[in-house]
Amino acid sequence: MAHATATATQQYNYDIVRKFAIMSVVWGVLGMSAGVYIASELAWPFLNFDIPHISFGRLRPVHTTLVIFGFGGSALFATSYYVVQRTCQTRLYGDRLAELTFWGWQAAVGLGAISYMFGITQAREYAEFEWPIDLLITVVWVCYFWVYTMTLRLRSQPHIYVANWFFMAFILATALLHIFNNLAVPVSLTGFKSYSLFSGVQDAMTQWWYGHNAVGFFLTAAFLGMMYYFVPKQAGRPVYSYRLSIIHFWALIFLYMWVGAHHLHWTALPDWVSTLAATFSVMLLLPSWGGMINGIMTLSGAWDKLRSDPIMLFLITSLSFYGMSTFEGPLMSLKSVNALSHYTDWTIGHVHSGALGWVAMVTFGSFYHLFPRLFDAKLYSQKLVYVHFFLATVGIVLYITAMWVAGIGQGLMLRGFDEYGNLAFTFIETVSFLHTPYVWRAIGGALFVLGLLVMVYNLIMTSVSARRHSAAIEAKLAAKMAG
Amino acid sequence: MRHEQIETNSGLLIALTLVVISIGGLVEIVPLFYIEETIEEVEGVRPYTPLELLGKDIYQREGCYLCHSQMIRPFRDEWLRYGHYSLAAESRYDHPFQWGSKRTGPDLARLGGKYSDAWHVQHLTAPRSVVPESIMPNYPWLLENDLDYSDVADRMRALRKVGVPYSATDEGYRANVERHGPELADQLDIAQAEDSLLAQAKSANFDGLAGRITEMEALVAYLQVLGTMVDFSQYDEGYFAEFR
Repeated sequence: MAHATATATQQYNYDIVRKFAIMSVVWGVLGMSAGVYIASELAWPFLNFDIPHISFGRLRPVHTTLVIFGFGGSALFATSYYVVQRTCQTRLYGDRLAELTFWGWQAAVGLGAISYMFGITQAREYAEFEWPIDLLITVVWVCYFWVYTMTLRLRSQPHIYVANWFFMAFILATALLHIFNNLAVPVSLTGFKSYSLFSGVQDAMTQWWYGHNAVGFFLTAAFLGMMYYFVPKQAGRPVYSYRLSIIHFWALIFLYMWVGAHHLHWTALPDWVSTLAATFSVMLLLPSWGGMINGIMTLSGAWDKLRSDPIMLFLITSLSFYGMSTFEGPLMSLKSVNALSHYTDWTIGHVHSGALGWVAMVTFGSFYHLFPRLFDAKLYSQKLVYVHFFLATVGIVLYITAMWVAGIGQGLMLRGFDEYGNLAFTFIETVSFLHTPYVWRAIGGALFVLGLLVMVYNLIMTSVSARRHSAAIEAKLAAKMAG
Repeated sequence: MRHEQIETNSGLLIALTLVVISIGGLVEIVPLFYIEETIEEVEGVRPYTPLELLGKDIYQREGCYLCHSQMIRPFRDEWLRYGHYSLAAESRYDHPFQWGSKRTGPDLARLGGKYSDAWHVQHLTAPRSVVPESIMPNYPWLLENDLDYSDVADRMRALRKVGVPYSATDEGYRANVERHGPELADQLDIAQAEDSLLAQAKSANFDGLAGRITEMEALVAYLQVLGTMVDFSQYDEGYFAEFR
């Protein structure tokens, strides 16, 4: 057994997977803590402390960037590099190129976060990186594509496993979105400031084509890739339906690209675009649930694992949240619902049921599976995985419930009329109303971060015990040799 | 074609994926540049003056767009609260657009002229001193920081490259005179950028501080022009509906 793992480490490049996985957790702690902080700023504005760098407007992109690109991005690099090696049964192509993607990506995320605190931003949501960092990301992404493609080409299996289709679609779509959404003209070559190539309505459309597909490909397709490897692996069963995975893959990547304009209902965007987007958003429910069903049903015949395996609990719960938020999404994309939900915290809640419930939970499940294999050790504590699971779940439920109350409440108040046909509430009355849900949201977020810290402790102890274990074996071996 | 052929050929998988993910964007984005009704024909919309432009850049720097939209929807409550719904034409010179996605605070698309300059200065410095329930951060540094306008001409030049009609030639200047009158044309002339910025700051004195031009000056100048460019009394109700 020990011998087999030793050769496995040489056969595969686990070093790069380890690095990305560790950084994913680091960014996760930082990014989610930043999230709790800005949530608290909204509940208790004195927390802005009159310090420019930590005022809400500058810190919010720090939160989104660290979580999406730092935590999510690094998790995807880690798992995609792991999955492509395991499913192609070949070592990752280009050790140095892969190393470059690691340092380049970490630099981009770190520089981005710092630059926002200094007010350097393109002011495009989820694409705030200014042009020099955008260029760095482009270089990293081309290297990533190359490493991934070459590894696929070097595979010793005839078939490319389904997880890799999703990862590949994510790499290609992200490249496309990143390039076209970040077209800009710099003010000077020595400064950060730039102006976007497009303006007004075309710019809005491009930005939300990007924005929603950052969700669709970065936070969905790629994490489905993760799901397609780790769920069957942890369950010890094959994927439920091969045919379903083909159909929902092509349908998902085709439909997603049409739906961005549902972020622009009732705006100055022409109606034909937003109607198209709403229509495709409703259709998107089918492939989304195709993925959810395929994942959850993989466990059919082994449902008892939900009772005995906390990692399975994470994975299946994540799929349930995925199903819930991909039902909520099409609902919110209907123009009549959107008229109420748009501009409110309902959207924020929806994003977090996806980001915390789906993206973070499936990542945690996968990491609990992955870390012991990367460190060649047994997971330190199963019990702590349960603790993490319940903290995370309670945190999410508090978070999204608070945001439903806040969003639907504010939406209803803003459109309320009195018996004389005058507005029933001033805007500031809705702000006062938001205070209580904002406090609950901050508490929910804090519980989620607390759960994450439990995971950090568990993973550190896992690697420590691995080191102790191998030291003990070495000592025993040395004693034997001496004897 | 059997799916097996795709999943055993990485080149084919990549090519087909690229085709499939390109269609949505091509159908929805490209026509917006070519269909003429996309942007309404309306008079009065002009590029920002140098001072307003720097104000917009500060607005973006501070992340105001994360809590304030600039896009009024055609609903009765929004009409009562904010005014006429926003036109595509009104943001045609916004690189990037500032429509926003969230209203933690109210919409700002027609903020211009609703409050006095002094109110804005007080509100931005300490929002709770004028609106006790507000949760907006204080922005005291806007009054402390002198406005850096050293590269305003460079900024206008960059915007000119992406299509904003700031003038760099006599021809461009004359076109602006024809469209907006000589006074505004001077302000949109890149060669006169610094002078017209100083002149506007001096005559309007948005920040209320004599002898200093602060970041507050630029930001208030920007806030006071929002939504004021189109004179809606010139158009009857049905006119804009034709463009939707």
